[in-house]
Amino acid sequence: MRDLRVVRQAVWAAVPVAALLLTVTALPAAAQEAAKEPAYRAFPLIGSRLAVWAVAQLHLNFAAFILGVPIFAVIIEIIGWRTRQEQYDWLSHEFVKLIFAAFSTTALLGAFLLFLFVGYYPKFWTYMTSIFFPTYWIYALLFFAETFTVYLWYYGWEWLSGPRKWIHVGLGVLSNLFGTAILLIGNSWVTFMMSPAGVTETGALKGSVWAAINNYTWMPINIHRLIANIVFGGTIAAAYAAFRFLNATTDEERARYDWMGYIGNFVALSAFIVLPFAGYWLGREIYAFNQTMGITMMGGFMSWLWIIQAILIGVLFLGSNYYLWLGMERIPGSERYRKYVPYMLTILAIGFMVWATPHSLIVTLEEARAMGGTHHPFLGFFGVMSAKNTAVNLMILTTFLSYVLYRRANRLSIRPWVVTGMAIQWAAFCVAAAIVVFYGVYGYFVESIVRIGFSVYQVGAVLGAIVLVMTIDIPMFRGAKSTGTIRWGRIPARSQYVLILLAVTFTWLMGLMGFARSGIRQYWHVYGILRDTSVDAVTPALGYAANMITTVTVVFFALVMFIFWLGGLSEKGKAGAHGAAAMPVIAGGSEDPR
Amino acid sequence: MSFLRSRFVQAVVILVGAFVVLRFGIRPPAPWSVIQIYMAVVVLAVLIYVSSDTDSWRSFVDPIRATLVDPGRRPVRLVLAVLLPILLGYYAYTQAAAGPEAPAELRAVHPAPPSSIQFRSKEINISGVDNPLRKDAANVKKHVAAGGEIYVRNCMYCHGDNLDGHGRFAAALNPPPANFEDPGTIAMLQESYLFWRIAKGGPGLPRESTPWSSAMPAWEDRLTEEQIWQVTLYLYDATGQEPRRWETAH
Repeated sequence: MRDLRVVRQAVWAAVPVAALLLTVTALPAAAQEAAKEPAYRAFPLIGSRLAVWAVAQLHLNFAAFILGVPIFAVIIEIIGWRTRQEQYDWLSHEFVKLIFAAFSTTALLGAFLLFLFVGYYPKFWTYMTSIFFPTYWIYALLFFAETFTVYLWYYGWEWLSGPRKWIHVGLGVLSNLFGTAILLIGNSWVTFMMSPAGVTETGALKGSVWAAINNYTWMPINIHRLIANIVFGGTIAAAYAAFRFLNATTDEERARYDWMGYIGNFVALSAFIVLPFAGYWLGREIYAFNQTMGITMMGGFMSWLWIIQAILIGVLFLGSNYYLWLGMERIPGSERYRKYVPYMLTILAIGFMVWATPHSLIVTLEEARAMGGTHHPFLGFFGVMSAKNTAVNLMILTTFLSYVLYRRANRLSIRPWVVTGMAIQWAAFCVAAAIVVFYGVYGYFVESIVRIGFSVYQVGAVLGAIVLVMTIDIPMFRGAKSTGTIRWGRIPARSQYVLILLAVTFTWLMGLMGFARSGIRQYWHVYGILRDTSVDAVTPALGYAANMITTVTVVFFALVMFIFWLGGLSEKGKAGAHGAAAMPVIAGGSEDPR
Repeated sequence: MSFLRSRFVQAVVILVGAFVVLRFGIRPPAPWSVIQIYMAVVVLAVLIYVSSDTDSWRSFVDPIRATLVDPGRRPVRLVLAVLLPILLGYYAYTQAAAGPEAPAELRAVHPAPPSSIQFRSKEINISGVDNPLRKDAANVKKHVAAGGEIYVRNCMYCHGDNLDGHGRFAAALNPPPANFEDPGTIAMLQESYLFWRIAKGGPGLPRESTPWSSAMPAWEDRLTEEQIWQVTLYLYDATGQEPRRWETAH
């Protein structure tokens, strides 16, 4: 037996040596092969583009999730740590558990994407490597650092509790820093393909790689993706909570996941409110980089893509508000605010309609003749950015009002200055709305370049109102009289389907925006530098893209459900799972955890 | 009027009212494609309105449930069982039946311009270029007058003497000629964009703008470079619109 073991060990030892020898002897042949390497290879059955599209979108979805969730997970952990409310610690742990389960899938999809590029787009990848090779090392090192930090953050939850909690929180912050750095590097590759910089006309790097990284669209996309990741993370976490809520068997479990869903949606909504501003900035930078690219995106063959986007964002606005209004049912005292719902809904619906009004109308000849051209003399006013900026800003203000009413639903302020405070708050809303409408209307009377600048005033007015209202609201309702405790878990089941709908809608929206960002390059791998000469060098039609995005979204949710199910397996049979003891507080609803 | 308190009745009233306003309240009539988008939003908003709290939802669902299961509502059920399929069938027929009119089509009105074009074997930049005649401030009025003459001779027959797209030939054209008075047309474009459109006309449109159905000639065969810039000047001057300026880099 011993001899057999020795032989077996010898064979195992020989395998790597043989592999190494084989590699060394094969290298010259491989090098010769590489010299006559084709620019493209065809992925079996579906083609290379669809393969890259599907894997890139899936990878991005998972990456957005694992980068977005830690941002608010660590904030929630800090709240729990400083206020000594254990339910926050439980919630933070619950969020991190989700990303932990999705971490390896993200890495696997990233590796798969890399293989696809190297194998099926070798010329493109060689070019990208010639520019960005130094960043590959940093990316890999950051990924190691991120992985180990998140693992330590998750596994060290109990070990680094109590007096060592600050170390644990520090790990959470550190993992966010590493994650953001990874995002910035990945974005530099993607944005270089859209708006190359720091290279000669033939594409050779002129000086330092920094010029290529710091291209026109890099920082706008960094900001846009960072915010979008938080929204995405929030919606997916809320959908997970909704799923658990709907499957809950006890009131305590229902209360716990109702609260988790609320927090997830709150996080998503808070970040979502500023997302359109970041998107607008990105659009402006695309215009500034290349007007043709900008018009292709907004006025050319992609113009209807923005109508689909408007519909999706309209659904997100309506859905988020609807969830808040449904949530008021679990708050005693909220009845006094119900009368505002029809008015808020009317503003949201009209805003939605204005936003979804196309600039390029689908018309029959008869309709066009009746209109006196392809532009409608009245509806045409709604098809331009002045109207759309006004609509979205008013929708944001209304959503914020919804949240403010929800926030104070079971509270009666005892401050002597409450009347003045509320008057200032209403005045802030009215002034902001007036500024938004004024610049929206005035925009029709000035030239385009001036009108574009008005959006800054509109955004400033809305953000200013939000800051002012919250600055008054927080002290005004501190120590307020309660009209009753929130009955967590007592919310109609349809509210949970809304959370799932929001997650699906946002995932689909991300796919659509990814298509827009990538599609405006048209037949270029790297715009104006490296032409796409493959058989797929055409930009697919919207219907085709929509089918593709839907397929990938379905696959993403199937994978997410499987991963969450796997993550849930570890809980089974563990009665004393982390934080469970902290939950009666939430279940009883004796505290307002907002 | 107590029946108006029923959420179901309210929902029906809102839907019918919204449709009437959108269909008959907007003049000239809104395209059907836009009405469909608007009505979809209204339906969504109405569903949210009736279901935003439990009492309201119950008030909305109760009459529906009663109609479906209440033994006393059997005649209503029978009428609906006949009427609804007929209505749906009629709708399907209207969507599928072929009419004499060409179907509505999606057409990019302002497609993306190329960065440069070949004009009589000369390369002219479109991206980042302003009307060169504006630099000649002393003669701008003269160029505008020349542009007006060119317009009357060549463009007025389709685009109209009021530049509103209602020229003599307009009724025969699909798509109709552009209405320059509309703030959604030339006011949103740089002058070099107009130069490109005038020079290359319908045949020079990209695919998303259906070049095969545009009647706009390629004027590079008939007008000189200066004449095209002159007529561009005239279009902005006569309509009182300002050309869009190029955005500066950050």
